[in-house]
This record gives sequence, structure tokens and C-alpha cells, in this order.
Amino acid sequence: MSEKIIYFDNAATSFPKPEEVARAMVHFSREIGASPGRSGHRLAIEAGRIVFEAREGIARLFGVKDSSRVVFGLNATEGINQGLKGLLRTGDHVITSSMEHNSVMRPLRAMMKEGLEVTILNCSPEGFLDPSDVKRAVRPNTRMVVLNHASNVVGTIQPLPEIGEVCRRQEVLFFVDAAQSAGALPIDMEEEKIDLLAFTGHKALFGPQGTGGLVLGERVDEKELVPVKRGGTGSRSEQEEQPDFLPDLCESGTPNAVGLAGLLAGLEFVMKVGIGKIRHHEKRLTEKLLQGLLKIEGVTVYGPGTAEKQLATVSFNLKGILPSEVGLRLDEDFGILCRVGLHCAPAAHRTLKTFPEGTVRFGLSYLNREVEVEEALQAVGRIARRGA
Amino acid sequence: MKMPQGVILFPSIHFALRAEKMVKEKGISYKLIPVPRHLSSDCGVCLRIPWEKKEEVLEILVQAGVKVDSAHPLSDG
Repeated sequence: MSEKIIYFDNAATSFPKPEEVARAMVHFSREIGASPGRSGHRLAIEAGRIVFEAREGIARLFGVKDSSRVVFGLNATEGINQGLKGLLRTGDHVITSSMEHNSVMRPLRAMMKEGLEVTILNCSPEGFLDPSDVKRAVRPNTRMVVLNHASNVVGTIQPLPEIGEVCRRQEVLFFVDAAQSAGALPIDMEEEKIDLLAFTGHKALFGPQGTGGLVLGERVDEKELVPVKRGGTGSRSEQEEQPDFLPDLCESGTPNAVGLAGLLAGLEFVMKVGIGKIRHHEKRLTEKLLQGLLKIEGVTVYGPGTAEKQLATVSFNLKGILPSEVGLRLDEDFGILCRVGLHCAPAAHRTLKTFPEGTVRFGLSYLNREVEVEEALQAVGRIARRGA
Repeated sequence: MKMPQGVILFPSIHFALRAEKMVKEKGISYKLIPVPRHLSSDCGVCLRIPWEKKEEVLEILVQAGVKVDSAHPLSDG
């Protein structure tokens, strides 16, 4: 068993985190601790400030002026559920792609049974959705297009501005799942004509697990938004009905304030380094990994195959060896931690023709180094040469 | 003599904290305090300011789109 670890599972959860993240969470646990937005004492206010600053930070990151339209929850999945179930009604039509994660597919499949019409558009073998296909699929009752910004399996970056333009012209809401891309790619909701954006804190924003949510653009009318959960908000306590204003409308129960303290520190790290610099480094690592993999005999790389068009998430297979076996050898013999299989995205694997075995996925982050890519390439080469 | 004080109430702490940020930037003295019981049964906080600054503060908040519930003078400062 190898002692040294190379962590290439950042597309699931980024690790390690910047030191500031742990420090902020320890500080919250030791010095603040209280319930944000409940009670009026100094620690409750201080906890409230942390949540507020995290909200302001998220709003700034995505170019949103009014931070009350940032709704926190556990992760992108919760944000997606709130956005879909909160706005779509029986008889509405939704367009999505064949590259979606189950966080989108499963709520949609369940809603189809209740009368929602869903069109799943096929993507190219590299995972790209054609904006003209979106335009053609729009019907009179189309309410929304929901789309993964970047694939969690192969990192394919969708042409958001073009699809956003189609949605705006057709007066359809554009809902983007930015689970993989938030923190790794620049996102401006206004510029890219995004109406709803689900994000998570525990990947490229370097926050802890249990932080994420939904950002609502100006075109989403909160009066039409039905909260998925209802309960205590610390506001309008005299009423037994849910407040009708954001963010309280969609935020019930004590929030994960210690987690949001960590997310705030992660956000500050991302802002300090700058997404441009993060992207530059990740592209360099990705290109090195892609080029190196292609030189190994028996390797098939899936997805765009060029760093320009994808995130630092690379999927591949070795001829004659199951992905699960490759993953086990990488972990046990080389200390390389990655994720194999279907990555909660069976539709994406069908598109890539890698269903049902799946792929080996290397998910890199800004904190990975070139030497780790070199070592991983050597390890894959050795496993490939050894064969099944 | 102590300046008469007053409070501005908000729908939730999010708006109270946004208001805090704005008055801080303007250099107006303020304090976030628990909502006085006689004004509301809400369990949150409100912004205490010198009452003579009321119009100026409300103007700043309205301009910034901060949701305000109400404003009240405090008899005991």
C-alpha cells in the first residue's frame, strides 16, 4: 500500500482545501457558534454576518446585484430540486441534454410521472449540445432549459452564451447547473443570460461539503416560486405561514453556518487567486494529462480531448481492463485516488458510449501540481503495460 | 445631552446586515440591537441610529433596494 497520496477526485469533492477554510471553520466553532438570524445577541449577529458575507460573495462571483436572491442549501442537488420543483407545473415543457447528472435527471423523471413534458436533446460524442437543437425543441409550453455548464464525467464546457441567447429570444428560463464550473470558470449570469444557477461549495469553490444552493436572476418571479421546504426562518415569527421574500422563502431551518464560514474562506481564496489564474493552471495540467494519456498504448480518452473546451476533468479507459480494476490498482499500488464507474450520470455515459462499465475519471483542481500529473501518467502506463 | 435614537426594522437579518454595511460606509453611527418587544414580536435584530439621521438612512436604503419594514423613534434613547 502506497503512503503518498495523489488526490484526483476533485470533481467529486475538492481536497485538500486551502488552509484558510479549515481555519475559518475552527474559528466559527470556537468563537461564534450561534444561530444566524435567530436571537439578537452578539454571537447570533456575528453568525448572521458570516452567512451574509458568504451570500454577498456568491452574488459577486456570479455578477448578481441583489444578494437576497442567493438561496443557500446543502449542495447543487438541493438548488436544482428547488429550481425545478419550485417553478415547473403540470403541463409545462422542459428541455435538457443527454449529458446531465442525476441531480437533474432524477427530479425530471419523477416530475414526468406527474405530467411534466421533458425533451432530452442528444449531445455530440464529445458531449456538446448544439444551440440550434435547443431552438428547434422549443414548444409553446416550454418553460425552461436546464443544462449542465460543464460535464462531471468529461468536463465538456457547453456553449452557454449561445444557448442563453436562444432562451432569451424564446422567452424560456435558462437554468444552469454549475456544480463543476463554479470557481473553475468565469460565470456572469447577466452576460450569459442565465436565469437560475445551481452551485455547490465543496468542489471548485473549495468550501466544505454541505454548502451550495441556488441563485435566482431578475427574470425569476419569486411570487411564482414554491419553496421545497418550509419552516423556521428567524423572520416573521408571529406568522405560521412561510415568508414571501427571499432568501427566507426558500431557507428554512438553521443553516450550515459553520460550513458557510468555510465556503466564505474558500470563496475569498478563489477571488484572491483569480479565476483567470485558476483556469490557466488547470488548463496546463489538463493538456499535459491529455497529451500524456494519448501516448499510452491501449488508452481511450473521452470528451473534447483539448483543455480549451473542457474542465480539468478527464475520463479514459484502458483496453481490456475494467475501470473498477484500474481504479483499485491506482489506489493500492500508486496512491492515486480517482473515481471510476458512472459518476451518477448514466445519460452522459450513454452519450459517450461508455455505458454501463463507465470510465476512470481524473478530476484535478487548482491545488494539483504538474509532478502529480507526471506520476499519474507513469502509473497508468505501468497498469496498461501489465494488462488485465 | 444624549441624541434621540430610533430603530429601523427589516423583514429579516439579511436586510438588517445589508443596511448595517451601508450606514457604516456613510460613517453614520449605528448599532444592531434585538427588536424591542413593544415594536414587534419578531425575534430578529434591528438597526439603531440617531433619529435625526432617519431620512438620510431611509433614502440610502431605498436607493439600494434594501427592504425596510418600519422606522420608530425610541423614547428612552
